[in-house]
Amino acid sequence: MSAIGEGLLEALRLVVRGDAELFAIAGRTLLVSGTATALAMLVGTPLGYLLGRARFPARTLILAAAGTGMGLPPVVAGLVIWLLLVRSGPFGGLDLIYTKQAMIVAQFVIALPLVTAFTAAAIQALPPRLPDLLTVLGAGRARAFWLLAREARLGLLAAVIAGFGAVVSEVGASMAVGGNLAGDTRVLTTAIVTETSRAANERAIAYGLVLLAMAFAVVIVLTVVQQRGAR
Amino acid sequence: MPVRRLLAAACALAVLAAACGGSGDGDGGAIILATTTSTRDSGLLDELVPRFERETGIRVKVIAVGTGAALRMAGEGNADAVLVHAPEAEAAYVASGDLVGGRLVMANEFVIVGPPADPARAAAAPDLRAAVAAIAAHGRFVSRGDDSGTHQRELALWRAAGVDPRAVAREETGQGMGATLAIASERRAYTLADRGTWLALRDALDLAVLVEGGVDLRNVYRVHVVNPERHDGVEAARAEAFAAFLVAPATQALIGRFRAAEFGRSLFSPAAAAGGGG
Repeated sequence: MSAIGEGLLEALRLVVRGDAELFAIAGRTLLVSGTATALAMLVGTPLGYLLGRARFPARTLILAAAGTGMGLPPVVAGLVIWLLLVRSGPFGGLDLIYTKQAMIVAQFVIALPLVTAFTAAAIQALPPRLPDLLTVLGAGRARAFWLLAREARLGLLAAVIAGFGAVVSEVGASMAVGGNLAGDTRVLTTAIVTETSRAANERAIAYGLVLLAMAFAVVIVLTVVQQRGAR
Repeated sequence: MPVRRLLAAACALAVLAAACGGSGDGDGGAIILATTTSTRDSGLLDELVPRFERETGIRVKVIAVGTGAALRMAGEGNADAVLVHAPEAEAAYVASGDLVGGRLVMANEFVIVGPPADPARAAAAPDLRAAVAAIAAHGRFVSRGDDSGTHQRELALWRAAGVDPRAVAREETGQGMGATLAIASERRAYTLADRGTWLALRDALDLAVLVEGGVDLRNVYRVHVVNPERHDGVEAARAEAFAAFLVAPATQALIGRFRAAEFGRSLFSPAAAAGGGG
């Protein structure tokens, strides 16, 4: 049977058997990428809101920077974070290199431009008079933020999906700053690299299928939330 | 309100991540071991490291890169110990004082593999130099190109045979041994491999060992400790403990037995008894 068929079977076998390593790696992937996406939202949503609403001199420049950052190769982000966190680097004293936290930092840097740019676009897509209308109706600044965010939820959820999709699938940054340590910083993508280099293609395909299934599960939850709001 | 719920979930996750802090270090702290891909891909370190961690409580973070990159990490104080196989390159770091306490751990051999039909007739050559020259003249060669110990040895072989590698039909993969072997197999080309990785992967490859044996193909692994007097933050005592563990008789016996039953021969032969020296 072909390697792909074997991989499918192996994936099923691992899931059915409740393979401990598979579930540990999948759980770790979810924790690291979920946290990085959450942090990117915490920073990127207000930033994107500001970029979408406010008018200030550096605005175009920051928007362009966010747009460029959307194409930032993860491996470049990984290299920069590695140079910053490594023992001889400026933040080496934090002892963060080769930890999950370092991976979260790198994935945050990858997701932030995506979340920011998508949020800015979603806010700008709202009817231009809406913010003024809210002010006239007596909504405060915080209240206006919530109401606008609610109106822009389709775009905001697209921002989350894009951010999560980017970090859960990247391998370069996780490999560089996490070190692909078994049982500690090995996530699904770096595990696939490891298994491939060991010629364990069936297991690599199994991990790939689990990664796809996991991404699908997360996106389907977000999409249900998104589309429910659309009605 | 989905947006607010989403932001609340984001906050919760962030707090959770902060709480999950620490890096799972053992009671005895941790060290960073920079090493080659061959020691990891063969599975040897998966066998040795957990044993060391159980005995000492010191966690070992194995960062598998090429030997060149591993040595550079050590030279900048970004690792505590290295396990590498490029004697010439190691000597430079020992001379500069970045590496101390070097000792022999194990050895195996490099082998030249290529298409079973052997179009360059390398296997028929009278010696290693002639074989390398034959490949240069009539064969295609796939190189690691990643400054690994294997790559450095390949360049030394061209030099010894008086061949300019730029004149050879030669491509660099920039990847590990497994990927490079797979590419050589697909392209019906020759390549240099360590015997451990070759044995572990040969079933998936359409390649054969064509040249082997001799002192010029000997592959020697040494462990070194990064000099704490030159680099701040180096965990020298723990690194020394790991180096001592690698050359201890019990570990050496384990290395000799590693996967020997599976392949009918040992992947690495213990070498600590043969003497140390950096």
